[in-house]
Amino acid sequence: MALVKLSRINKTYNTGGIPFHALKNINLEVKKGEFLAIIGASGSGKSTLMNIIGLLDQPTSGIYELDGQNTACLKEGNLANIRSCKIGFVFQSFNLLPRTSALDNVAMPLIYAGVSSEDRHAIAKKALEDVGLGDKLGSHSNQLSGGQQQRVAIARALVNNPEIILADEPTGNLDSKSGDEIIEIFIKLNKAGKTVIIITHEADIAKNAERIIKIKDGEITK
Amino acid sequence: MIFNLALTAILANKLRAFLTMLGIVIGVTSVILLIALVSGLQTYITNQIQGLGSNLMFVMPGRMGGARSPGGVQANRLVYSDTVNLRTKLGSEAEVSASIQRNATLKFGNKRDKDVSIFGVEANYPEIISIDLTSGRFFKQSEQEASRKVAVIGPTVVVNLFGTGQALGKPIDIAGTKYTVIGITEKKGSVFGMDQDNSVYVPFQTAQRQFGIDRLNTIYISAKLAENVKLVQDKSTAILKKRLSEDEFTIQTQEQTLSTISQITGVLTAALGGIAAISLLVGGIGIMNIMLVSVTERTREIGLRKAVGAKPKDIRNQFLVEAIVLSGLGGIAGIILGITLSFIIGRFFTTTIPWWSILLSFGFSTAVGVIFGVAPAIRASRLNPIEALRSE
Repeated sequence: MALVKLSRINKTYNTGGIPFHALKNINLEVKKGEFLAIIGASGSGKSTLMNIIGLLDQPTSGIYELDGQNTACLKEGNLANIRSCKIGFVFQSFNLLPRTSALDNVAMPLIYAGVSSEDRHAIAKKALEDVGLGDKLGSHSNQLSGGQQQRVAIARALVNNPEIILADEPTGNLDSKSGDEIIEIFIKLNKAGKTVIIITHEADIAKNAERIIKIKDGEITK
Repeated sequence: MIFNLALTAILANKLRAFLTMLGIVIGVTSVILLIALVSGLQTYITNQIQGLGSNLMFVMPGRMGGARSPGGVQANRLVYSDTVNLRTKLGSEAEVSASIQRNATLKFGNKRDKDVSIFGVEANYPEIISIDLTSGRFFKQSEQEASRKVAVIGPTVVVNLFGTGQALGKPIDIAGTKYTVIGITEKKGSVFGMDQDNSVYVPFQTAQRQFGIDRLNTIYISAKLAENVKLVQDKSTAILKKRLSEDEFTIQTQEQTLSTISQITGVLTAALGGIAAISLLVGGIGIMNIMLVSVTERTREIGLRKAVGAKPKDIRNQFLVEAIVLSGLGGIAGIILGITLSFIIGRFFTTTIPWWSILLSFGFSTAVGVIFGVAPAIRASRLNPIEALRSE
């Protein structure tokens, strides 16, 4: 069974009275354990697609089933719960909290999952060690390099042991060496059984994935 | 946990947090200070009046405490014959004593003492109102009746006219007439800048003749037995009513005076406390303002928290607790400052801090945090995570 199943998804924005079709009739299935790259130019609708898969946004029409569950009727609190335990986000701009240690950044999602504070630190420490930052637990984001910051962000995405890792241009703000290291981590995670969906506009990055989907003007072209 | 989160956010902007809290600090401090001053005043006056003896009542000209007309509007018709009349008719049931008062300048040699309260009282005055003398004596009935020019002076007068020198037996000039000092009263202190020790007691008839006064300020009546206070009050009222109308005099027992005073200080507390509470309200608006700024600044953080699983209520609580911690810390600082200042001021005026004023101001400041924190917190909780993450 597909982990992510999108059927006839449309997303329309109404800006200034003119409807803008960000996504048109998207059908997509992602199996558990798959490594998928969604590639497209900026404005192609790939971020909208990721937001819908990540339950940050709701489609205008169509059905999205996550792990067999129709997500259309879920309330905001339920959506937050699903994001908390099934989805890990990695953003282009890292989005680490300023003036907060790497450990506390990684432990943050666990607060909302209701994990006790002793367990939070142990889990976060383990996640940081897994991405090779066992020696940077107390460092603040401004003391870390871009690549290190993104690894903290990946550790943060992993702490709740999610089904899917959703990465939106994860290497977009990094030099190619750090970018390669980050991609290595995603490959390793995928080998360990995680479903990974990477959104990128770089073909080089996408070629690491098992499957590549091209999106153009809100439609899947390949 | 949520408190740690709030503290971290507050500490991230120390100066801003301090300035925001300052509004609450000032509000709480002024509430505590003003209440301490007013209740200190009440305690002081109460002690003074209770110190006069519980059997005491005062006859004053005009109508007081009544709704019909304010006191002091009618001409004073209280005269010495009323005192004599009361003394005769009450007999052994009570001690009665008349009193008049003027302000005058005192002179001794080239020294002057301005605005001294001159009390013209009768020889039985110390039997009704306790006056302790540090040296000398009070004047006698015979001296009063003979209109002798003798004076019992307060310690401030002694300092102003004689310095550290001997005062007893010396002639002093009261508004142009020479008096001999025969006694010195004990130090009483001052109430709100009014020095009670800058006063002089002279025989009633002497003062009446010198200043040409025939209207009395007060007639003091002291019942011999505590259980007869009400009876004596009723009898005195009946006696005075034969000559005066109901509007022309008031007899107040000590108990009634105390309740009048507590009414006045109650109104004073409410009025001053209310004004101080307005500054708390202004402080609350400051908190709301800074919380709104904070929500805007931390939009990305809110978006991220939502993306990783924070529910709207988690975000709401985070910002609400932050506002409450801000106002609560301000409240605690204000209480500490208010108590400290009350103690410092207490060296000059009497101040008492009622426990309820601390609870009230802390409760009020925390409530301000809740009330003014709700709107920014709800705004934060409603942010769309996608837009929040996209913001710069």
